[in-house]
Amino acid sequence: MSVELLNFIETVLNGLMSGVMYSLVALGFVLIFKASGVFNFAQGVFALFAALTLVGYQTGQVPFAHLINELFGTNYHNWYASMPNFLAILLTMITMIALAWIIERLVLKHLVNQDPIILFMATIGLAFALEGVGDLMWGSDVKVLDVGIPSGGSIWLEEATIGLAAEGSDYYGMYIDVLNVWATVIAVFLVITLALFSQYTKTGRALRAVADDHQAALSVGISLRSIWILVWAISGFIAMVAGIMWGTESGVQFSLSLIALKALPVLILGGFTSIPGAIIGGLLIGVGEKLAEIYIGGFFEIGALENWFAYVMALVFLLFRPQGLFGDKIIERV
Amino acid sequence: MIYKETGQYKSSYKSDHAIFPLLQDKIAFSILMFVAFLIIPFVINSYWEKAILVPFLIFSLAAIGLNILTGYCGQVSLGTGGFMAVGAFSTYKIMTSFPDMNIMIIVLISGLITAAVGILFGLPSLRIKGFYLAVATLASQFFLVWLFNKVPWFYNYSDTGQITVSERTMFSVPVTGATAPPYATYLFCLVLVVLLSFAAKNLIRSKIGRSWMAIRDMDIAAEIIGVPPLKTKLSAFAISSFYIGVAGALYFAVFLGAIEVTESFDIMTISFPVLFMIIIGGLGSMLGSFLGAAFIVTLPIGLKFLMVDMVGLSAVTAKHFEITIWGLLMIVFLIVEPHGLARLWSIAKEKLRRWPFPY
Repeated sequence: MSVELLNFIETVLNGLMSGVMYSLVALGFVLIFKASGVFNFAQGVFALFAALTLVGYQTGQVPFAHLINELFGTNYHNWYASMPNFLAILLTMITMIALAWIIERLVLKHLVNQDPIILFMATIGLAFALEGVGDLMWGSDVKVLDVGIPSGGSIWLEEATIGLAAEGSDYYGMYIDVLNVWATVIAVFLVITLALFSQYTKTGRALRAVADDHQAALSVGISLRSIWILVWAISGFIAMVAGIMWGTESGVQFSLSLIALKALPVLILGGFTSIPGAIIGGLLIGVGEKLAEIYIGGFFEIGALENWFAYVMALVFLLFRPQGLFGDKIIERV
Repeated sequence: MIYKETGQYKSSYKSDHAIFPLLQDKIAFSILMFVAFLIIPFVINSYWEKAILVPFLIFSLAAIGLNILTGYCGQVSLGTGGFMAVGAFSTYKIMTSFPDMNIMIIVLISGLITAAVGILFGLPSLRIKGFYLAVATLASQFFLVWLFNKVPWFYNYSDTGQITVSERTMFSVPVTGATAPPYATYLFCLVLVVLLSFAAKNLIRSKIGRSWMAIRDMDIAAEIIGVPPLKTKLSAFAISSFYIGVAGALYFAVFLGAIEVTESFDIMTISFPVLFMIIIGGLGSMLGSFLGAAFIVTLPIGLKFLMVDMVGLSAVTAKHFEITIWGLLMIVFLIVEPHGLARLWSIAKEKLRRWPFPY
C-alpha cells in the first residue's frame, strides 16, 4: 500500500474516533429533545459540571471552598486525600440525578407549554448558571482527571501497520489514541444499553410513549414529570461519560463546556429526533473535519478549519434535507 | 393621574401616527434628549465614558439590530459576534485604504458591508427554521471569526494579528484613537444611535416592519396573504446586520481602539450577552433594546462594586458569581416576565395612569 493511502486510512480512523466523542454529547441532546421537546443547550456544561464534580469527589475538595475561605477567612481545602474511582463515579451519578430533579423543579415546571424557543433560551441561562455554580463549587483551575482509562498512542497498531507500507518508504505506522478506542467501546456499550432499556423495560416504554405524544402518554397515566426527571438524569449520566472522556483527554476546564458547540452541527446533520442520526452524524462530522483539516487546510496552507467546517458541512446538508438526515419529516399544519 | 390621556385628542392622521402620541411622553423624551445632548457632554469624564455610556450606546445599537431579526422577524440568531466582527474589520480596511475618508461615512459603509454579509448568511433561513436556523447562524459566528483570524489580508499582515484604529476627526475634534476626548466619542455614538433608532422605529411601523411581524407570528399565514418570505426574511437579515455592523464598527473604532478578533468577538463576550439584552429588555420592543443594554452593561459594574468592594470577595470569585447571576436572571425573566423590562415599564405606565386611585 502506498503511504498516501495509509495516511488517508489513519485520518479516517481518527476522524471516526473523534466522531464517537461528538456523538456521545449529541446523544444527550437527542434524548432530552425527544422526551421533553427541550433543546438543552446546557448539555456541554452538564459534561463540564459532571467532570468537575467527579474530580472534586476524587480529591476530596470542600465544595465552595474558595467562597467560604474568602468570606470567613478560613482555610479549608480538602476533606480527605482520595476516594476510589468507583465510589466517586457513583456519587457523581447521584449528584447528576439530584441536579435533574432540581432543574425540573425550578425551571422546567414553570415553563411548560411555552414556545420551544423560550425553553431553548432558558437552557442557555441554565448553562451560564450551572457553569458559574460549578466554578464556585470546585474552583476554575485546570484539573487532571484520571479514572484509570489508558491513553496515549497504540504501539501495537504502529508496529502492525509499519510493514504495510511499500519497501523503502519512511512510514512510521498509524497513530491512534487508545483513549479514543476506549471511548468508542464505551459509547457502543452505552447505546446498546439505552436501546435495550427503552425497548424492554416498562420505564423505557413509558419514555418512548412520552417522546411519541405527550398528551396520549398523560392520558394513559404516565407521569410526565417523573419521566422528565428520568430523561434529564439519563442525559446527565451521558454527560458524565462524555465529561470523563473529554476530561481525561484534555483536562477538566472551561473549554470542556464548548463541546456542546461541537455537538450542535452533529445534531442538525443527524436530525434532532434520531439516536442513530446522532451517531452517524457524529461519525460523518468527525471524518469530514479531519479530512478537511488535512486536505483542504493543507492545500490552502491555512489551519484550524475544525472550528467551522462542521457547521458549514451541516448547513449544506440542511439545504437539501431541512430536517437533517434521519430527523422526522417536518410537517406544518395551519 | 400622571399619565392622563384625557383631553388629548387625535384630530389628524399625522397626530395619530406620531411616535409619541402622548404629551407626557413627548416631554419626557425631550428632557431625555436635552440631558443627553446638552448636559452629559459637559460633565462626562473618562470613567463614565469608557465604563458605562459608550458601551451602553454601542450595545443598544447591537441589541436593536438583533431585536429586528429575532424580536420582530422571529429568526433566532446566535451570530451577532461574527457580524460585529465584519463591521469592525470593514472599518479597519476602509480606514487604512482611504486615509482621507470621513469616519461617519466609514462607519456607515461598514454597516452596508455587514448587511451584504448578513444577506448571504440569511439565505439558509428560507429553507430552515427554529432551532436548525439558530444552529446554522452559529456557522456564521465561527466562520467569520476564523476568517478574520486566519486570513492575514484582513489585518494588513500585522505580526500580532491585532487591528488598531488610527486617529480620525469630526469637525477637527478627534473621535477615534487614544487622544479622543470623552465628550467627542460619546457624542459621536449618541448621534448615530439616535438617528438609527429613529430610522428603526419608523421602519418597524411601516409596511416592511409589519411584514416582519407577520412572518414572525405565522409564516405560512403571512405567505398566504401575500407577504413574500424571501424579501421579508432577507430584508430583516440585511437591516439587522446593518445595525450590528455599525455597532461593531463603533465597538472597534471608538470604544476599544485595538482588538484581537478571537477575544473581542467571541460567542461568550458578544453573541450571548446581546441575546440576553433583548430577552431581559423585551423581545420585539425598541425600548426593551435600550433597557436590556443598560441592564447588561451596568450589572457587572454593580455586582463588582457589591461583591469586591463591599463584601471583599476576590475578583475571580466575583466573576463566577456574575456568570451565575446572569444565568439565573435569564431563567427568572423567562419564567416571570417573558416580555422583559419593556413590559414592566408598560405595566408601570398603566399604574401611573390611574394613580392614586385603585381603578
